[in-house]
Amino acid sequence: MLELRGIVKHFPGHRAVDGISLTVAPGAFYSLLGPSGCGKTTTLRLIAGFEHPDLGEILLNGSPIQNAKPYHRNVSTVFQNYALFPHMTVQQNVEFGLRQRGAANARSLADAALEMVQLRGKQARLPAQLSGGERQRVALARSLVLKPDVLLLDEPLAALDPQLRKQMRHELKETQRNSGITFLFVTHDQEEALSLSDRIAIMHQGRIVQEGTPEEVYLRPASRFVAGFMGALNWIGGVGIRPESTRLFRGGDGPKARVTRTVFLGNCVHVFTQTEAGEEALAELPRDHEPFNPGDHVRIQWSSRDEMRFAE
Amino acid sequence: MNLRSWFLVPARLTIGLFFAAPLAIVCGYSLLTRGDYGGAERPWTLENYTRLADPLYAQILLRSIAMAAAATLLCLVLGFPLALFISRAGKRKNLYLQLVVLPFWTSFLVRTYAWLFLLRDTGLVNTLLARAGLIHHPLALLYNNGAVLLGLVYGYLPFMVLPLYAALEKIDPALLEAAADLGARPLTAVRRVIIPLSRPGIVAGSILVFIPCLGAYLTPDLMGGGKTVMIGNLVQNQFTTSRDWPFGSAASLILLAFTSLLLYVFLRRAEVR
Repeated sequence: MLELRGIVKHFPGHRAVDGISLTVAPGAFYSLLGPSGCGKTTTLRLIAGFEHPDLGEILLNGSPIQNAKPYHRNVSTVFQNYALFPHMTVQQNVEFGLRQRGAANARSLADAALEMVQLRGKQARLPAQLSGGERQRVALARSLVLKPDVLLLDEPLAALDPQLRKQMRHELKETQRNSGITFLFVTHDQEEALSLSDRIAIMHQGRIVQEGTPEEVYLRPASRFVAGFMGALNWIGGVGIRPESTRLFRGGDGPKARVTRTVFLGNCVHVFTQTEAGEEALAELPRDHEPFNPGDHVRIQWSSRDEMRFAE
Repeated sequence: MNLRSWFLVPARLTIGLFFAAPLAIVCGYSLLTRGDYGGAERPWTLENYTRLADPLYAQILLRSIAMAAAATLLCLVLGFPLALFISRAGKRKNLYLQLVVLPFWTSFLVRTYAWLFLLRDTGLVNTLLARAGLIHHPLALLYNNGAVLLGLVYGYLPFMVLPLYAALEKIDPALLEAAADLGARPLTAVRRVIIPLSRPGIVAGSILVFIPCLGAYLTPDLMGGGKTVMIGNLVQNQFTTSRDWPFGSAASLILLAFTSLLLYVFLRRAEVR
């Protein structure tokens, strides 16, 4: 179990992490989600031991590790650009950590890890001879083979092209399930966090602004920031409504609006409207919905349980 | 002639005038007979080369190689930590690099004389040690192999540090974090990650130090007091005191051939990896 208590980290000129506390349950897939500069990567680096907190405690299975050197912590990192050793083969990369620990059966453990990420037969290659997805798998195998208490992943999918990213997302989840290892996953992509995580902590300006399951943070955001960050949101008369909950009718109740443009996306249609009050509202409608054209007069409706209201 | 050829004319002229022509003259000299007052005369002969087979000269060549190799190794041992330190120095990098090349702002000759001033029997080091009561007789700090080695290391250390720095600076810091993350202590990370990845710098620095050390004549002359004769001194003597230009030419060509061969082998090996 990983626990952070009141972690603060300053860098010259700014406070990167401003009092973070969180608990990651064993075997969980936990995501730190936030825009760039929110402190999520710094938090990960503090847990890995590349930085040391100014205040607070990091507990791994109950023992404080915030002052331990990286090579004394049983956590392992998958770096954003993988940081594979370019002069070592795939096999040597995966065996590196085992050899530091003096593992007698490094070879067979590495083979098993490479098997798990489907890289058998490529052991003799150098990182430069691999594709982006393969490098990512080597980085994963190199860390997983050490059976860390927590695997730290720093935007591991960001360097991949979009097609591959979705496939690797699925593989990552499978790997986590099969290995049973706790994953702490840093990302700025809310879709990635929603689809992978058991729990998500949303960070903003060095603090955690909301923590919960994907459903909770998406459907019941704690603030305007979270609501806007988790997905597109229409603001109609001080109430937030997601585009997929926004419905358009030619008559009936609801605020009056005019269609400005429509975009066909294949699986759905986006209808952009402007209310009489001048607010922009987007409705995501099924493809087979009655078509709207620019200039059409419509009424906007939604169900009250989809409303989001915030105190701020 | 096209434009490209015209632009190459200055380079071709420079190489022809300052490299190929003098080399051809030296080659010619090496096959002639010594003149009575220096210079070279006919008849043509190979005698200058056969003379070099004398064990006396082979010994000089071997000693030169040993000195140059020792100087290179010492430069590497001293230069590597320094280059590593500079490459991790952040904003101060440029300052430290300036300091490394600062000695080049004065003449090598002047700097070598400064060493003489420091190390001679009545020099600064011996005087201070004597005043402190640590020694009663001056230490023999000059005019031996150690002094020559010191002079060579001092003179050529920057040529080792700069290429090492260039290679080390390119290593992604994330690789060191990855090594630590996977359980490697700092020294292990240096041995298994930094040194293998700085190989191009080690090769370049070693070549840049070894080759000029092999042909050095000023340092062995001044700091060795003429006792430690290296092949550079042999060549120099033929052109000055001995006035045997053909033999000096032959010796310098053998040195050139040897360094070229060594360079070729070294670079080939570096390429293979």
